[in-house]
Amino acid sequence: MTWTEADTGILLVGVLCAMACALPGCFLLLRRMSMMGDAISHAVLPGLAIAFLISHSRASWAMFIGAAIAGILTALFTQWISKFGKVDRGAAMGIVFTTLFAIGLILIKKTADNVDLDAGCVLYGAIEFTPLDQVVLWENESSLLRVPRAALVVGGALLFNALVIGLFYKEFTLASFDPALARTHGFRPMLMHYLLMTMVAITTVASFEAVGSIIVIAMLIVPPATAFLITRNLPLLIGLSLGLAALGAILGHLFSQLIPSLIGLPETTSSGMMATMAGFLFLLVWLLGPQGLLRKSKIEEITEPGLPPKL
Amino acid sequence: MSPLPSSAARPSSPASDHSPEFPLSVHDLTVAYHRKPVLWDLDLDIPKGSLAGIVGPNGAGKSTLLKACLDLIPKTSGEVLIYGKPYEDQRDLVAYVPQRESVDWDFPVSALDVVAMGTYRKIGWFKRVGKKQKEQARAALEQVGIGHLSDRQISQLSGGQQQRVFLARALVQDAEIYFMDEPFAAVDAATEQAIIELLQELNSRGKTVLCVHHDLATVSRYFDWLVLLNMRIVASGPTKETFTRENLQKAYGGKLNLLEDAAHALQNVGR
Repeated sequence: MTWTEADTGILLVGVLCAMACALPGCFLLLRRMSMMGDAISHAVLPGLAIAFLISHSRASWAMFIGAAIAGILTALFTQWISKFGKVDRGAAMGIVFTTLFAIGLILIKKTADNVDLDAGCVLYGAIEFTPLDQVVLWENESSLLRVPRAALVVGGALLFNALVIGLFYKEFTLASFDPALARTHGFRPMLMHYLLMTMVAITTVASFEAVGSIIVIAMLIVPPATAFLITRNLPLLIGLSLGLAALGAILGHLFSQLIPSLIGLPETTSSGMMATMAGFLFLLVWLLGPQGLLRKSKIEEITEPGLPPKL
Repeated sequence: MSPLPSSAARPSSPASDHSPEFPLSVHDLTVAYHRKPVLWDLDLDIPKGSLAGIVGPNGAGKSTLLKACLDLIPKTSGEVLIYGKPYEDQRDLVAYVPQRESVDWDFPVSALDVVAMGTYRKIGWFKRVGKKQKEQARAALEQVGIGHLSDRQISQLSGGQQQRVFLARALVQDAEIYFMDEPFAAVDAATEQAIIELLQELNSRGKTVLCVHHDLATVSRYFDWLVLLNMRIVASGPTKETFTRENLQKAYGGKLNLLEDAAHALQNVGR
């Protein structure tokens, strides 16, 4: 293969996108709400479609606002259905996100298909095409710095997520670990919940163009889940998730170009290979990591000084 | 509302004036889940400086009572006053130790991190945990006897150590009233001893402690005030007066094995 500017662009979009997803993904994982990422990434579709109908443009603030509203509605509806319908959370989520997703698909099919918003693209993304739409960042006589517009969008999402988590780190940790204490201390855990859901919704929309609504689930959950196999230190967990996300994206793009050509096939989709690589890294860590299957158990004996081991 | 079982007698609590002197004053409290009452028309005053136990059979509403007092679950009717004011105005005066199983002990934080959470309210929004709070947290961990474990991840702690972490987190809040939900559940004997000594120490400093408890055998040793609860208040008063066979029978009803425990406990006391 030959490395082109397009490859650099794809890599940049992939890495930024994976890192943007990994940040809220950490807290989804810790709150045992990983599937909420799945639900929201699908349920934002009607929000996108309606925003598109109103604004007639694809990359607009309207779409982010529409998606954020749809994301919060998903969280709200799930809460209501499980509370008043007396069904468990998983079932409530299943009802809400499939219904919203279906409405979104119908809206897109009826109104916008083949115009500018395509159902297939919404599902899988089109990272290969992102370098076609470039934005010039810096230009003078001797040099020209330009990046795919998609890189700016996912980079913006990454920055937004980093800012929100940086600002509310203490509050997110408390609300995730012990919502009751958060509540008695006046920290409004439901507010933090909806803030996280908003973050997930915005990140999902930012990632739509590149990786679509399915691959994005892998980017939200797999790197944090892999990091959780390695450490029980929260700052380290977040850092490792970011690193693993970037690594998965880089390996994914490289392998999507290399492996098929080795066996004489055309290159495959980068975003698919990025998710595959993230899964592969998880497998590697699961087998070889600190508590990995192929390692001898190193779990410390938990005893209190001067006492027999607990039962 | 569905009718209540007739066996639950009208509470025998004395007429109370709900004066602001009381650390906890519960008035006509009813709590229902899905229209089914869990607590029915409770009236309760806990005097300042009590080391009070709440006992009653499973499903009596003991944890629910604590949670309703802390606005963690909605009240169907009635009011709860902390030193004469609603809880939302008195948050700083109350520390809550939930049941140990209420949180995920696989969460990636250290013992010190968890204890420092007790200081978050004083730190306020956005600001980071500072050196001062970390020192307070470390001191609290020393106080509960596990200072050497402060940097350990909480998943690496034994059940008793986890309970001590929760206790230390309540200590750093430096509250006036301590609500504890079964702090002695599934801990080793040394931890149980350490916890009761700590509660007595708080008590000797004039703090009020309210403790959901399930072991009738230790009631008269641990608590100077006792609340017997079974959806209604069966009795509330000094342990010497309320811990009687008659009251236990009322509270525990036909639950035979528990009654045997009660009989055993009463024998121990020499009644």
